[in-house]
Amino acid sequence: MRAAVVVFPGSNCDRDLAVAFEQAGFQVDMVWHKDVQLPQGVDIVGVPGGFSYGDYLRCGAIAAKSPICRAVVEHTERGGYAVGICNGFQILTETGILPGALLRNAGLKYICRTVGLKVATSDSAFTQGYNAGDVIQIPIAHHDGNYFADDDTIARLRDEDRIAFTYTENPNGSRGDIAGILSHNRRVLGMMPHPERAADTAHGGTDGAALFRALAGVLTPA
Amino acid sequence: MKARVHVMLKNGVLDPQGEAVRHALGALGFDKVEGVRQGKVIDLELADGTTEADVAEMCEKLLANTVIERYEIELV
Repeated sequence: MRAAVVVFPGSNCDRDLAVAFEQAGFQVDMVWHKDVQLPQGVDIVGVPGGFSYGDYLRCGAIAAKSPICRAVVEHTERGGYAVGICNGFQILTETGILPGALLRNAGLKYICRTVGLKVATSDSAFTQGYNAGDVIQIPIAHHDGNYFADDDTIARLRDEDRIAFTYTENPNGSRGDIAGILSHNRRVLGMMPHPERAADTAHGGTDGAALFRALAGVLTPA
Repeated sequence: MKARVHVMLKNGVLDPQGEAVRHALGALGFDKVEGVRQGKVIDLELADGTTEADVAEMCEKLLANTVIERYEIELV
């Protein structure tokens, strides 16, 4: 199983994400934002958290137009797996791979703490290691995590069971308490909380590890 | 030639920054402020012959996120 983790200027969760993938059994390649293609045979692309390009213009806007993101879009259009966490989620919405946008937190504050997440569906490679309805403890660290999409999009996400995680207590004003969503083919996950920061006992919690373990199970060549 | 692009959050999209500015103005005694929306102004220096359609394409592709923002182009 091979994972590629994209590194932008300003990424700061890239190594944590790589370690989480490695601990689940992935071989990980780091990919620079100026690269024009992903390594051959990549099973999943991780778009990490951080402050790509200093959050200039809009969070994730410049990163979404970088050379590597064109390759990431093509990878997902071919049915490839991808996960975007925090700034990575913002980037995936800016590319159009995932619907909606992340607005400034309703309370205007940068929030950095562990929150309760309800697993809204177990029907995806990312969430099948949990049971729907499980509540897990995962850290958030963001200023712009207030998920917004129009009414039709929110209804479609609900109807198609594409809401992956919701907050048990909404910290940022996101519509429908949404913390993470899936693409139409369920192979791309975007989420604001950081499962890679709850993947090792030294982190103080390991509730995020099941996400990476589940992925490893699905992507293992039969 | 130059163009000025105004980018604003769409109506109906919560603008917590504008709301914070409104509260601060109220605290300063400006009690007639009923709403504040905060946006961006982007000035572009353009080669002659650049059209408004070109600028619109820049807005659609990068300068605005049309999921949440609307834009207006002013050629100056």
